[in-house]
Amino acid sequence: MSDRISAETVTKVARLARLDLTPEEIERTTAELDGMLEHFADIDTLQLDDVVPMTQPYPLENVFRDDVIVPGLDRDEVLAVAPAVEDGRFRVPPIIGLDA
Amino acid sequence: MSGRDGLPGEWQLVVGLEVHVELATVTKLFSASPNRFGDEPNTNIDPVTLGLPGALPVLNRQAVELAMRVGLALNCTIQPCAFHRKNYFYPDMPKAYQISQYDQPLNIDGHLELPDGTRIGVERAHLEEDTGKSTHFGGSGGRIHGSDYSLIDFNRAGVPLVEIVSRPDIRTVDEARQYVNELRGILLAVGASDAKMEEGSMRVDANVSVHKPATPLGTRCEIKNVNSVRSLGRAIDYEARRQIDLLESGERIRQETRHWDEGDGRTHTLRTKEDADDYRYFLEPDLVPLAPSQQWIDAVRAAMPMLPAARRARLAEVTATASNSEAAMVVVERGQDDYVLAVAAAGGDAARALVHVKEAFADSPSVPAADLAKLTTMEVSGKLTATQAKAVVAELIANGGGDAAQIAAAKGFEAMETDALGSLVDQAIAENAEAWSKFCAGEGKAMGALVGAVMKLSHGKADGKAVTALFNQKKG
Repeated sequence: MSDRISAETVTKVARLARLDLTPEEIERTTAELDGMLEHFADIDTLQLDDVVPMTQPYPLENVFRDDVIVPGLDRDEVLAVAPAVEDGRFRVPPIIGLDA
Repeated sequence: MSGRDGLPGEWQLVVGLEVHVELATVTKLFSASPNRFGDEPNTNIDPVTLGLPGALPVLNRQAVELAMRVGLALNCTIQPCAFHRKNYFYPDMPKAYQISQYDQPLNIDGHLELPDGTRIGVERAHLEEDTGKSTHFGGSGGRIHGSDYSLIDFNRAGVPLVEIVSRPDIRTVDEARQYVNELRGILLAVGASDAKMEEGSMRVDANVSVHKPATPLGTRCEIKNVNSVRSLGRAIDYEARRQIDLLESGERIRQETRHWDEGDGRTHTLRTKEDADDYRYFLEPDLVPLAPSQQWIDAVRAAMPMLPAARRARLAEVTATASNSEAAMVVVERGQDDYVLAVAAAGGDAARALVHVKEAFADSPSVPAADLAKLTTMEVSGKLTATQAKAVVAELIANGGGDAAQIAAAKGFEAMETDALGSLVDQAIAENAEAWSKFCAGEGKAMGALVGAVMKLSHGKADGKAVTALFNQKKG
């Protein structure tokens, strides 16, 4: 078992992503995520007190678009590739209840 | 035995409000599809709206400007900020995340002053995108609980929102209502939104908890689906009492999101509240930071219109009434304060103009300011009684203006000269000796009978105020 990430955390994250993982998949995913977190442990060893956290690698800010309409997508074309459609809208399974 | 707001015992209400406002832009926050209410479902969509692979968001400058106006109107500090992804799984959000602002919001640390002077803190007002609209079918009649399936319209997905988060400074249902009304007035004044609760362009969620004085704040529940100011009051009151009942029977409050049901007048569990951690916020890598320059902020500030509070204060000063009087509130809300000021500028009596506009101008009729000014002048100089003035105002409205003196003459409203009035007063005293002696003995209530007698004798033509003054004069 990992000491960087627990099976409980993986189970919780899977639930938030609405992924239904088997106990075997939880175990395997925990090991895989642990391997990824090991890379971050390397960063933890560095002295970074004086480094300003970076939010973006590009030397850019304030990139804007003017408030002008540009034609978008055709509804029929979009709905034609949806799994289920009704009355011009996307039809989806019940929403509440996924938490249960 | 009863606490503030009629709650039992010592219980006190604590409310914070989260108000989502759709900004009045032409296009969406991160894409060029129309931001338009009421179109055919799924006609205002594009790759960004639908979260199609490879689609990239680009920030709408006008949305930022409107959000800055909101921030400035709420006395916030505008700061350099960034966008985050808020991850949660819900079918009305095709990307499975909402682009929002997290620990670096655009506007922070402001406040809103209620008309009664109470100051409610504003923690933040940040930019984010709206979700699509779900309609639930089957199950128990269109309600979200137990529905069989849902239909999704993505026209609203990506519409720019400002979420305005108050501090938990609200202590009564009335303050909550005042806050929402005042906020709505501000949003309309700065042109940020049409702020229609019934169309969902202004949505209010209430964080409600109860506690006793000198004890820590209680666990809060977030109430959603409140669609009017009236419902807001009902929902907060219901929720406070529900929590008090639980606490008094020794139970604990579970932190959760609850759904207000207008039909049964109750709140119902929607979901247990997810922690901020559960949303797995991280910086939106597809957007660069936003840092409005001081120059831009100054320009937005310079273009700000007068806000409702300042307009009420100005009206109050000119009309010599309280700035939170019903008349001042109503007339400013209707945007008729400039008209009242114009009547005053045309030589009219501002206080009488305020009353007439409040009482009779609900449908915003057009009467030249000079015409109403003339009427108010006749009224205050005693040429017309309040009742007669009302009738003349109705005529002015019906005709879109006119000469108040001619209308009054045509209606036979001739004010009684003071001499004539004096003799009627004497007659009333003679015929109501008992009332007169009571009045002279200091019984103020007896005045009513005396004035009534003069009114009867004058066939309603006497000016009540002048008559009262004459009685007081005679009493000495």
